[in-house]
Amino acid sequence: MLAPKARGSLSEQVLAALTSGQVSPTLRDVEPDGPEDAQVTLWSLYELHYRGFEDVDDTLEWHPDLLAVRAGLEAELEADLRERCPEVDLGDDFAAGLFSFIEQHDGPSVARFVQRDATHEQVMDLLRWRSIYHLKESDPQAWVVPRLSPGPKAALMELQYDEFGNGDPQLLHAHLFAQGLAASGLRPDYGAYIDEAPVEVLEENNAMSLFALHRRLRAASLGHLAAFEATSSGPSRRMSRGLSRLGFPAEMSAYYDEHVEADAVHEQLAVRTIAGAVVAEDPSLVQDVVLGAFTCLDLEDRFAEAALARWGAVDA
Amino acid sequence: MREPTPSPTPTVVMCPGGPMLLRGKHVVEDADGNLHETRRPVSAVCRCGKSALQPWCDGTHKVLPERDRP
Repeated sequence: MLAPKARGSLSEQVLAALTSGQVSPTLRDVEPDGPEDAQVTLWSLYELHYRGFEDVDDTLEWHPDLLAVRAGLEAELEADLRERCPEVDLGDDFAAGLFSFIEQHDGPSVARFVQRDATHEQVMDLLRWRSIYHLKESDPQAWVVPRLSPGPKAALMELQYDEFGNGDPQLLHAHLFAQGLAASGLRPDYGAYIDEAPVEVLEENNAMSLFALHRRLRAASLGHLAAFEATSSGPSRRMSRGLSRLGFPAEMSAYYDEHVEADAVHEQLAVRTIAGAVVAEDPSLVQDVVLGAFTCLDLEDRFAEAALARWGAVDA
Repeated sequence: MREPTPSPTPTVVMCPGGPMLLRGKHVVEDADGNLHETRRPVSAVCRCGKSALQPWCDGTHKVLPERDRP
């Protein structure tokens, strides 16, 4: 993947520094023009830790001046996410409380719109936007593994092993999505559509990286995972039906069909054996789990509102 | 650093209001006598009877009223 296009003053200077290798300490003094500029810059800096860019020197991954820019943007993002998150009491039964918190959250649903009303072109938009995360599906949470004690660590690996294809790269979830994209006439290569990604997609991605890359936020990462898995089976079924209604190829539906079944398992693991085990060991982490879970639901609401508005649609 | 000692991991787990988890390799016979092999590290078997993916769970229990959940 090539470095994305700039979306403002900060991203322009950071991306120029990345591609030229000329990194200046003054970068940390540049203010972003707005959310888009900030999020694309943060996304690009995070990407150095995932797969990197063909036009950026790999040694810049740990450059202190770039890390300083990243830290500033992360502090802003974390403050925003915390500000939006309500105080929630999950009660004495953590699993029941977390499932109930997630179930009671009500927001617009892109999947419902796809099932009933979306056009082929709108679903193509959606697949391009979703590709930013689905082509690195479960990669952020892999960073959390070494930060856990034996119980939650084994539990997270049990889930991740399924996400990563149970030893078979053909079954890796990100690969299933890539095959669906290719069959649908879209580019299956990692990050291909980054320049089209709305700011809400960048923010969803960045929140996952933020939680996963900071050990102190590990419980937020696992709360995010729990909410993600627990809101996947039903919407995946609706996506699959919408794709069939519009005549999309079987490979694309197969990705969503796999998630109907897999995530009915994963939600139980994520809530009970992963987040549940972390909280059982350290009850002070409950509010971080809530932060992660709420962030997942809230950022998806923001994405859904933006996507539906862009299409001039409403989720009836 | 003292790590908490993990408890023994159950191979069958009843999830309150939800599916039965099966850890490891199993062959499940459904109500019609058809055999289904598990193909994940953990599989979820439907207990509410409403899944469209029998014998596996598809999360449908969550849209049922509380009294109809297993």
